[in-house]
Amino acid sequence: MGSITLKNVAKRFDEVEVIPPLDLQINDGEFVVFVGPSGCGKSTLLRLIAGLEDVSGGTISLDGKDVTALPPSKRGLAMVFQSYALYPHMTVRKNIAFPLKMAGLEQSEIDKKVDGAARVLNLGDYIERRPGQLSGGQRQRVAIGRAIVREPSAFLFDEPLSNLDAALRGTMRLEIAELHQTLATTMIYVTHDQVEAMTMADRIVVLNRGVIEQVGSPLELYREPKSLFVAGFIGSPTMNMVTGSEAEKFGANTVGVRPEHLKLSTEGGQWNGTVGVSEHLGSDTFLHIDVEGVGLMTARADGEFPAHHGDRIGLTPDPERLHRFDGAGAAMR
Amino acid sequence: MARSVTLGTRLGWTALAWAIGLAIFFPILWTILTSFKTEAAAIGPPQLFAFEWTTENYTEVQSRSPYFLHFMNSVIIALGSTLIALAIAIPAAWAMAFSPTKRTRGLLLWMLSTKMLPPVGVLIPIYLLFRNTGLLDTRIGLVIVLTLVNLPIIVWMLFTYFREIPGEILEAARMDGANLKAEIIHVLTPMALPGIASTLLLNVILAWNEAFWTLNLTAAKAAPLTAFIASYSSPEGLFYAKLSAASTMAIAPVLILGWFSQKQLVRGLTFGAVK
Repeated sequence: MGSITLKNVAKRFDEVEVIPPLDLQINDGEFVVFVGPSGCGKSTLLRLIAGLEDVSGGTISLDGKDVTALPPSKRGLAMVFQSYALYPHMTVRKNIAFPLKMAGLEQSEIDKKVDGAARVLNLGDYIERRPGQLSGGQRQRVAIGRAIVREPSAFLFDEPLSNLDAALRGTMRLEIAELHQTLATTMIYVTHDQVEAMTMADRIVVLNRGVIEQVGSPLELYREPKSLFVAGFIGSPTMNMVTGSEAEKFGANTVGVRPEHLKLSTEGGQWNGTVGVSEHLGSDTFLHIDVEGVGLMTARADGEFPAHHGDRIGLTPDPERLHRFDGAGAAMR
Repeated sequence: MARSVTLGTRLGWTALAWAIGLAIFFPILWTILTSFKTEAAAIGPPQLFAFEWTTENYTEVQSRSPYFLHFMNSVIIALGSTLIALAIAIPAAWAMAFSPTKRTRGLLLWMLSTKMLPPVGVLIPIYLLFRNTGLLDTRIGLVIVLTLVNLPIIVWMLFTYFREIPGEILEAARMDGANLKAEIIHVLTPMALPGIASTLLLNVILAWNEAFWTLNLTAAKAAPLTAFIASYSSPEGLFYAKLSAASTMAIAPVLILGWFSQKQLVRGLTFGAVK
């Protein structure tokens, strides 16, 4: 079991309020991703749940039990750090065995569990090596192994993939997602990478300056962002934002259209512009278009789309997929 | 790009470095050489190697005073004071390195400032305290005083080492269920072991060579090797060769220790300066 409830949880460092009081419910077995730009308080929130930071107000409950005053060692949570935080003086085996040793398990049981974790994570070949002799991906696996052996009620991941190269990040992302399927344990995952958030999460919590902007499934956030901030943060390439008189035509302060929701035509459209750079990715083509009266917009077209620098092109937004925002940045329905 | 250095410049610098090295080492070499001379040759015209070698000073010194007793006193005082200071300094440096407050810096500087006070300034109060508590000329008394004298240096050195250990590793230990004691024993101490080892070595040497307190607070029973040397310095008579023999015997253990652990020592002294 691993449901986590935050009630009025706040954090101040001296006079600076990093996280104003917030509520959040994380259900048992859920994969929740905290996402937001750097400095938005997502890691702090995770550390509050872990117990590595003390709350300035509010309560944190695990399975209905108030753990706010408990030290990290007593909360029964496991954490994977960005820097892996392996014990450099211990072998892989001893690293993974450490939490079990701290829990006072019998040596035979420790061995059994460590071997099991090593098998799941393909660590068998380097079990007697030290962290210094492992690659980044292998170290990350050891860190995950150390987290899973103790069968925690929830896993906390603090940007675990940001030190890996792009290819490895993709593989590890899948491995973690698969691990979640196998273990069915609650996972909270912190990242600044919205692609990681979109691909892994059951639910995403978007944070901005310590405030929860929106909580929802990846597709909910993509389809119905509640604010300008969420609309701009979720989706790649980012949503085109149109302001001023062009937005007023739609009765809004700002109008947002995703690059994939713009219809392109050589015969003109709602807006007209000149093609600047076109990025051919094979499956898709991203066109950067200088639109008259609007500014630079990005449109996503078919991979074979024939566009060249300087071509005139018309853009028409899909009216069903148009996002309208008021002066305060809130979505208008 | 490597700078091009002419052979002449290189020879010049090498010669200068050797000259400085020899100048620093020369008094020690002279002491060792003098210890093998006769008393007459020791005060005669200076001779580097061409003299009649003798070991009579060593036999003489050993028969006149109990070298082994002084040696054991030095070992107990140097090791004892360093180990006790380490036991106090490890948790102190841990707290300052990993849970610093606004006052940590000031506290560290204040501790160091105690080393700036001339020891003679507090000699009389400490002497009286020792006399009234019966600690004069006892090993335990010297262990206490040298522990306190070297504590600031030990805390500073350990603090510098501990700060190099990433805080996330200690947090990981906490998440893994380690309490404070387990965290210090299983994670912090093994990781800081090279640092603790150089701190230990340096402080054993400092305590071994400490002469002010050991000379003033001991007479015979607890007197370490420093007092043993001092007993051969006399305003009258021929004692140069014997004094040299006593000095050589006193510095030999620590010289050998330093020789074998020079790598650790250099690392300890330059830690943080070069990465």
